Amino acid sequence: MEQIHVTIKLFAHFRNGRFKEANHPFAPGVDCRQIILGLGLGLGEVGIVMVNGQHASLDQRLKEQDTLALFPLVGGG
Amino acid sequence: MDKILRVNLNDLTTRVEEVPSEWAGLGGRALTSTIVAKEVPPTCHALGPNNKLVFAPGLLSGTASSNSGRLSAGAKSPLTGGIKESNVGGTAAQMFARLRIHALIIEGMPKGDGWYSLRINKEGVSIQEETGLLGLGNFAVIDALQSLLGKKTGVIVIGPVGEMRLSSANISVKDPSGKIRSHGRGGLGAVMGSKRIKFISIDDEGAPGIQIADPEKFKAASRVFTKALMDHPVSGQGLPTYGTNVLVNILHEAGGLPTRNFTYGQFDGHEQICGETMHDTIVARGGKPRHGCHAGCVIQCSQVYNDKDGQYLTSGFEYETIWGLGANCLIKELDDIAQADSVMDDLGIDSIETAVAFGVAMEAGLLPWGDGKEVVRILRDEIGKGTALGRVIGSGAGAVGRTYGVTRVPVVKNQAIPAYDPRSVKGIGITYCTSPMGADHTAGYTIATNILNVGGQVDPLKKDGQIELSRNLQIATAAIDSTGMCIFIAFPALDIPECLPALIDMINARFGASLTGDDVVNLGKTILKTERAFNLAAGLTAADDRLPEFFKSDPVAPHQAVWDFTNEEIDAFWDF
Ligand code: SF4
Repeated sequence: MEQIHVTIKLFAHFRNGRFKEANHPFAPGVDCRQIILGLGLGLGEVGIVMVNGQHASLDQRLKEQDTLALFPLVGGG
Repeated sequence: MDKILRVNLNDLTTRVEEVPSEWAGLGGRALTSTIVAKEVPPTCHALGPNNKLVFAPGLLSGTASSNSGRLSAGAKSPLTGGIKESNVGGTAAQMFARLRIHALIIEGMPKGDGWYSLRINKEGVSIQEETGLLGLGNFAVIDALQSLLGKKTGVIVIGPVGEMRLSSANISVKDPSGKIRSHGRGGLGAVMGSKRIKFISIDDEGAPGIQIADPEKFKAASRVFTKALMDHPVSGQGLPTYGTNVLVNILHEAGGLPTRNFTYGQFDGHEQICGETMHDTIVARGGKPRHGCHAGCVIQCSQVYNDKDGQYLTSGFEYETIWGLGANCLIKELDDIAQADSVMDDLGIDSIETAVAFGVAMEAGLLPWGDGKEVVRILRDEIGKGTALGRVIGSGAGAVGRTYGVTRVPVVKNQAIPAYDPRSVKGIGITYCTSPMGADHTAGYTIATNILNVGGQVDPLKKDGQIELSRNLQIATAAIDSTGMCIFIAFPALDIPECLPALIDMINARFGASLTGDDVVNLGKTILKTERAFNLAAGLTAADDRLPEFFKSDPVAPHQAVWDFTNEEIDAFWDF
């Protein structure tokens, strides 16, 4: 089966010991939850999930060349 | 006994008054807006003798409660022509509260050309002639007053921009480290300048202090409240570590980071100015990533930012300033932005209004996009010295647009739109339109729910639910602004069920009152309606509750979003 490629962007302390941005191959049909767990992040740690700049649920499946951005719960104003 | 201090500059007299019973239960914004609405003729000139400048600590200021040390300032705004309240940290609110000053009202205007200062202590308030510190920047004034009156003195001060009465002038308040925080928006510094008050010094020696009606109950509620602040991931960890500037990358990713004077929603230099980079830079240069704007702040979103040589450069370096000069003016060097921030603090000019004014100035071709050095030069040599160009930029984004024939001028009620694009974060657009303050993100911070998943989730790109979201947040914010609380307590308040009841319990324990949640909501509604009624009487209309035309006609990348609310939909905001 062909793999798909997803750009993953990490923010705030998620970057520590990981990366800022990386392109990874995944099996087709992979969802946000699987990628988050695969990065060693707990689901409870993740505050904001965006796919291509729009808020996404953990169940959302990724497509070839999607960008997944993960933020801890942070804020400002 | 609590008291009202009244300064009449027409005849240079001062009075200590009893607190009228209808003002006794009010603090902060509720009190400043009530006093302005009652005593200021709405159609008066904001810089004339009939405007009044009012300061009031919050209901809980001066108590041991976390994050309660905010001071409200209110007047008719020379920028918007409507009512204004702006609140700030620093040491003054707590000193006012310990001195049992419910509010300070400054009215009238001195005859002649002389300048004055006010001195507040346990006896009341007195007026002095002032000559020595005129023309000086805020930092020099604070240094001089600290050597004259001692390190502990409280200071409320205007810089040269306030002396010039420019509509972006702010009022600064000394913070616990001897630096400043500012009543930023709406040109309140120009009102203080019009009254020719350079500074107010506060001495709380011998102050009677706060009396708490039910100390045990207060302590218990305060514990619950502080725990909620510490437990919530935003106030407990996010804000202390990265400050507000963590938002650069979030808004960039969401396509809501206004870039190149609100032309795009993303900035290719975002990594250079983002909170993550700033945090690493601060740590590497021996600055402080966390720092509170007043004693008792447990969140500490502020920071101390050092230059390359490890020397203090600025503090209170906020997302809005960094966005405004960064993405909005395409400046990629964080050090240049920090330098500009420090100069703006010293001159006493609102960093949001001014950053947006620079974006419009760049659009007009007055200086190149991204030229941070030129921004610093214009701040120092044009605005600081009061040249014609400096006065135009110092009068705000709207003034620059009108002077140079620019049509892309992001203002509502002539006040600059801050750091969130209303086309791609629609809830905040409703707040910009409807807030009686003019475009102000803090008035109803829908970013929490539109972007940060705090208090639920409302899709930022759709119209559904935005009016209600903005209305509920504006009502809650008006109430919170009256307690002396920093608005960042809203993050835990939206998510942690014990947080708001604990806040209300503290107010009840402090005053021996029995307010319910509904009372607090009603207070918020009353404040908003009072402010709106003032604006309507001042001549503003529903047509002022609108975004500039270009937000409808120009889609913003990457989502190609446009502002698509009808006038009727916006006006329905006021159906409460
Ligand atoms: S969280 Fe920030 S703005 Fe609020 S009181 Fe603390 S330092 Fe001041």
